[in-house]
Amino acid sequence: MSASAPTLAEPGPAGVQPPAPALPRLLSGIRPHGALALEQHLAVHGPLPSIGGGRRRGSERAATLIAEIERAGLLGHGGAAFPTAAKMHAVAGARKRGIVVVNALEGEPASLKDRTLLESLPHLVLDGAVAAAEAVGADEVIVCACESADVGIESIARAIEERAGAGSERSPGLRLATAPSHYVAGQESALVNFLNGGPAKPTFTPPMPFEQGVRQRPTLVNNVETLAHVALIARYGAAWFRELGTPTQPGSALVTLSGPIAHPGVYEIEHGASLSSLIRAGGGSTARVRGALLGGYAGAWVGAPHLDAVALSNEHLAALGASLGAGVVLLLSEDACPVGETVRVARWLAGQSARQCGPCVHGLDALATTLEELAGGIAGANVAQRVDRLASLIARRGACGHPDGALNPILSALDVFQAEFADHARHGPCAGCSRPAELPLPERPLSEATTRDRPARP
Amino acid sequence: MSHRVRVNPIACEAHGMCAELLPERITLDEWGYPVVDGTPLHGAQVEHALRAARACPTFALLVERERKRERARS
Repeated sequence: MSASAPTLAEPGPAGVQPPAPALPRLLSGIRPHGALALEQHLAVHGPLPSIGGGRRRGSERAATLIAEIERAGLLGHGGAAFPTAAKMHAVAGARKRGIVVVNALEGEPASLKDRTLLESLPHLVLDGAVAAAEAVGADEVIVCACESADVGIESIARAIEERAGAGSERSPGLRLATAPSHYVAGQESALVNFLNGGPAKPTFTPPMPFEQGVRQRPTLVNNVETLAHVALIARYGAAWFRELGTPTQPGSALVTLSGPIAHPGVYEIEHGASLSSLIRAGGGSTARVRGALLGGYAGAWVGAPHLDAVALSNEHLAALGASLGAGVVLLLSEDACPVGETVRVARWLAGQSARQCGPCVHGLDALATTLEELAGGIAGANVAQRVDRLASLIARRGACGHPDGALNPILSALDVFQAEFADHARHGPCAGCSRPAELPLPERPLSEATTRDRPARP
Repeated sequence: MSHRVRVNPIACEAHGMCAELLPERITLDEWGYPVVDGTPLHGAQVEHALRAARACPTFALLVERERKRERARS
């Protein structure tokens, strides 16, 4: 290897000078087009410090990284906000050697953040995966992307090749797998089931993947963005990480902002940042806004009157019954009909059931039908009781979180847009019902502009 | 040590045997799937629950010993 070749070895953790704590963090060095090559990535962040795990398990340095992630308070960015260090402890402490799975499926129709990381910053993601693997003593990393994400797949494949070419001897085996693109395929147990040769459908848990996952080995499944944060914490430490964000949700997050906004796209925010600052960063709204769906199609609606006061952190959003989920911020314009939009989303969510659990298969279908009748003004007088009953028959009765997640946007829409639903129940479809749908679904994805524009920052 | 009943919703095919054999804990929803009261079983209920679990054609009814501590869930 020539002296100038990029290398991942020989860090100087003590000598690493943390960059300013400000934004951008993850998106540092991102380019308008194409991926950051290994050399460019190293120029931005420097080499990944040696973790010292890998083939030799249970080293002190490895335990130190997990402790650092715990101190950083990193929560998963796939939607559930589960403490990352807790999963890592479980895999590191298991008897068998672990495997790391990078969950890059991003089934959320209104989310583009993971795709942005794969396409533009593949080495940051791989650094995080390598650091996580070394920390938990795993010798194998599987990046699992959605089969339709052609640009991201190409970008990761090239990045893996670049690393092999750079002759790093420390890295665990890196490989790429592609999985089907349906909504529940990204659920942890579904992903593990698929990698074990089964269908990409959730399984009955426990055992959880971190106990018994790919090839029966303890498996750390982490979202793409979560691992990108790990790559930075491994370099700059917990104290640096906590300089942004809130005490219970430290650090930054990528959010996908879409709807009637001048510059829709992926933005990096500090947890706790105001929604208005994000909208300003997006160039402002281009229409009056009726509400915002936060967290995506497992998330909840917040009505227009509250939007000015919204802070983008889970502790704040909990009071509104919402969460940041996978970082989706979807604005709905005043002209759109929230009833018609909700009906379409409810029908789509019913169709995304893996069709394994009766209450999910029948319950979500019945709920979508009830909402269709309501929107058409042909539901009976006791429609509210019917919705309540269906919700109680759906909640907590599936093997995975899909049925519960699906209830969130539907029930919160019924609450936030009460007047609109009542109006439809009495008078049937409104003028807005015949307008083209606004909320993105796979058959009507986010606009080209959203996917093309590279992030700015608030 | 306490026991609870739980359903594996993937395995369950709504045969409804459990509701026949353990009506004190299980009712059926409008599609025939069990709605389970998962609070701890008392006395003879444990025996009834085990009988119901054995009778399930798809082995979807589980009688679980309560875990010492809640497992981490993701």
